[in-house]
Amino acid sequence: MFDHSKLEKNSILMVVCILIVVSIGGLVEILPLFYLESTIEKVKGMRPYTPLELHGRNIYIREGCYNCHSQMIRPLRDELERYGHYSLAAESMYDHPFQWGSKRTGPDIARVGGKYSDKWHKTHLIDPRSLVPESVMPGYPFLAETALKYSDIAQHLEANRTVGVPYSDDMIANAKADLEAQVDPDSDNVDAMLERYPGANARNFDGVSGKVSEMDALIAYLQVLGTMVDFSVYNAEENQR
Amino acid sequence: MSFLIYIPIGLSALTGLFLTANAVDTGIYVHGWIFVIGSVLAGFFVIKKSFDAPRFQGALPGEDFEYNDGVIRAGLIASTFWGVIGFLVGVVIASQLAFPVLNFDLPWTNFGRLRPLHTSAVIFAFGGNVLIMTSFYVVQRTSRARLAGNYAPWFVFWGYQMFIVLAATGYLLGVTQSKEYAEPEWYVDIWLTIVWVVYLLVFLATLWKRKEPHIYVANWFYLAFIITIAMLHIVNNLAIPVSLAGAKSYIYWSGVQDAMIQWWYGHNAVGFFLTAGFLGIMYYFIPKQANRPVYSYRLSIIHFWSLIFLYIWVGGHHLHYTALPDWAQTLGMTFSLMLWMPSWGGMINGLMTLSGAWDKLRTDPVLRILVISVAFYGMSTFEGPLMSIKAVNALSHYTDWTIGHVHSGALGWVGMVSFGAIYYMAPKLWARERLYSLAMVSWHFWLSTFGIVLYASAMWVSGIMQGLMWRAYDSLGFLEYSFAETVEAMHPFYSIRVLGGVLYLLGGMLMAYNVYRTIKGDQRQERPFGVPVAAPAQG
Repeated sequence: MFDHSKLEKNSILMVVCILIVVSIGGLVEILPLFYLESTIEKVKGMRPYTPLELHGRNIYIREGCYNCHSQMIRPLRDELERYGHYSLAAESMYDHPFQWGSKRTGPDIARVGGKYSDKWHKTHLIDPRSLVPESVMPGYPFLAETALKYSDIAQHLEANRTVGVPYSDDMIANAKADLEAQVDPDSDNVDAMLERYPGANARNFDGVSGKVSEMDALIAYLQVLGTMVDFSVYNAEENQR
Repeated sequence: MSFLIYIPIGLSALTGLFLTANAVDTGIYVHGWIFVIGSVLAGFFVIKKSFDAPRFQGALPGEDFEYNDGVIRAGLIASTFWGVIGFLVGVVIASQLAFPVLNFDLPWTNFGRLRPLHTSAVIFAFGGNVLIMTSFYVVQRTSRARLAGNYAPWFVFWGYQMFIVLAATGYLLGVTQSKEYAEPEWYVDIWLTIVWVVYLLVFLATLWKRKEPHIYVANWFYLAFIITIAMLHIVNNLAIPVSLAGAKSYIYWSGVQDAMIQWWYGHNAVGFFLTAGFLGIMYYFIPKQANRPVYSYRLSIIHFWSLIFLYIWVGGHHLHYTALPDWAQTLGMTFSLMLWMPSWGGMINGLMTLSGAWDKLRTDPVLRILVISVAFYGMSTFEGPLMSIKAVNALSHYTDWTIGHVHSGALGWVGMVSFGAIYYMAPKLWARERLYSLAMVSWHFWLSTFGIVLYASAMWVSGIMQGLMWRAYDSLGFLEYSFAETVEAMHPFYSIRVLGGVLYLLGGMLMAYNVYRTIKGDQRQERPFGVPVAAPAQG
């Protein structure tokens, strides 16, 4: 029979045994996720974020919105009715890192895109209780006053490409122009931007012309959440095996 | 050879200057300066130490060495300080949820930035310092050897404090990866990795010097904690920075893979940081304080290996009914249920150590704190498997029930066992006859216990109510409540939670005062603890 005192007398043997014992669970649970069809399937409509949406997402992360809002609708009756179609793995495939969240102090916002107007979002972000008296959300008036810093946006796209998001050379070369075009619907670059990012919203999100604010970016991000996949044509069985 | 120590210090100062000079954002600019200031202070420290006369106070009786307790004294003060800070921030953010006006709508005071400040302050600043200092204390005493290294233990201590300062200031400035309990950005992660590797080496090298043939059970748990946290930290934080002089990075993983890796990390921050490490404390300090041997040697072996094997599987229970494949969720649930066994095995081993010494609970408030911590450990490790059952989790997930569960474990188990260790060590480290006041320890015990009861019961009610309201249907088959109505219903419970938190904070402040007076060498005049006021009737 194995004598445990061997381990108690040899620290290196103990370290090696600990490493083996604590590695097994992670290997079994994590590695298959990189190969299984249900976790790596590509669903029609999914595209990388536009440069403006990406920066909006970075503001979402910076302000810690994930602490109170989930982005993961479970296939339970009440959630489907309250929030919409359950979330697919593919819908967060370009999220580095994921934003599923763990707590709903506020509602899930996986499909908040298109549910409210830009004006509603702006008013709500500046003073949540002016629209929802029961809300306990902090106000974010400074977003409207802060100009978005985006001089290094191309580098952000490149970093995303390094971790696997399919940004093309064309997208990286035009990152700055695309960002500016998305908040300026009259710009000549809008069509080219929409060709690179099909289905993106191009409009002046915060209603203030001239500069691009952090509010523009955040609302652009919120308005695209959950809208990329068209569920009227999505077939769940198609990708099963 | 000793001049070599200046090379890493110079390198870290240069790194700081590089970051500051090329900074593309405020966060990295401030952090570059923190690196520079930290390096300069480290330089002064090393120079001063080389000029100071060696303060060899005399070897231990029958030995040719003395313990290195200076770094542990520093650790005890740091633990107490960060504990109070962490509890205070907790009270602040709990108040913000009850009274949102307290957010002040400024970037650096909003809940979203303060919540990671709270979690990191209590887990990493308070808990981490307690783990490092107790492990240094225990490994020396159970190995009969002086802590390895001259500067290395101090580097671990101060390097870890710098990690805390970088993380905390980062959150306030909006520097975060958004991975829960792993928010610090890539360069802070690299710094922590360096500190952690040195920590492991100090710990192992001390074991190699040991004069006892066997490695004591508490050290197995510390070792598993140090190694596994290193593995989890590195894998979960792999990232590509946007610029080498910018704070922002993009995590290597994405979507469902990132979710699994995050909760593999996240639940094992609980399993190895907040459980295995603190079980090391239980296995040393409870037998010492009760003056009884550990109940069962064989149970400790089973406890140790089954606990560390099972824990690593359970992360999937944070992702029930999500886009994670069902089999991974079910594995997470199954292993969580199995984990109940080693958890309670460990609890029994801790509690039964008091066999034949239960009367000491009446006369020793420090032992009382240590024992109730094990009782809370048992409660929250029963609740955890329950909540991991998919049908229960469908209700409890995303609600305050999770928050209540975490706090019964964190305040009850981690907090209380740390307080017990601090009270045990303070008089010994400063060579005092006893603590300043045992009555204050008793007050601390009751304040904390009532605080936890208020906190946990408020969160049970609000969490279960929230879950039920979200899924309530009216007679016509429509959802009965809007989300805003469920938020409104939480208000009374959020207020009760604040009260519970305040009681716990008061207890922490009382401990800080008690420790401060103990260090000063004062003794409060009070009647002996646990002795009845009235004399027994004569005759």
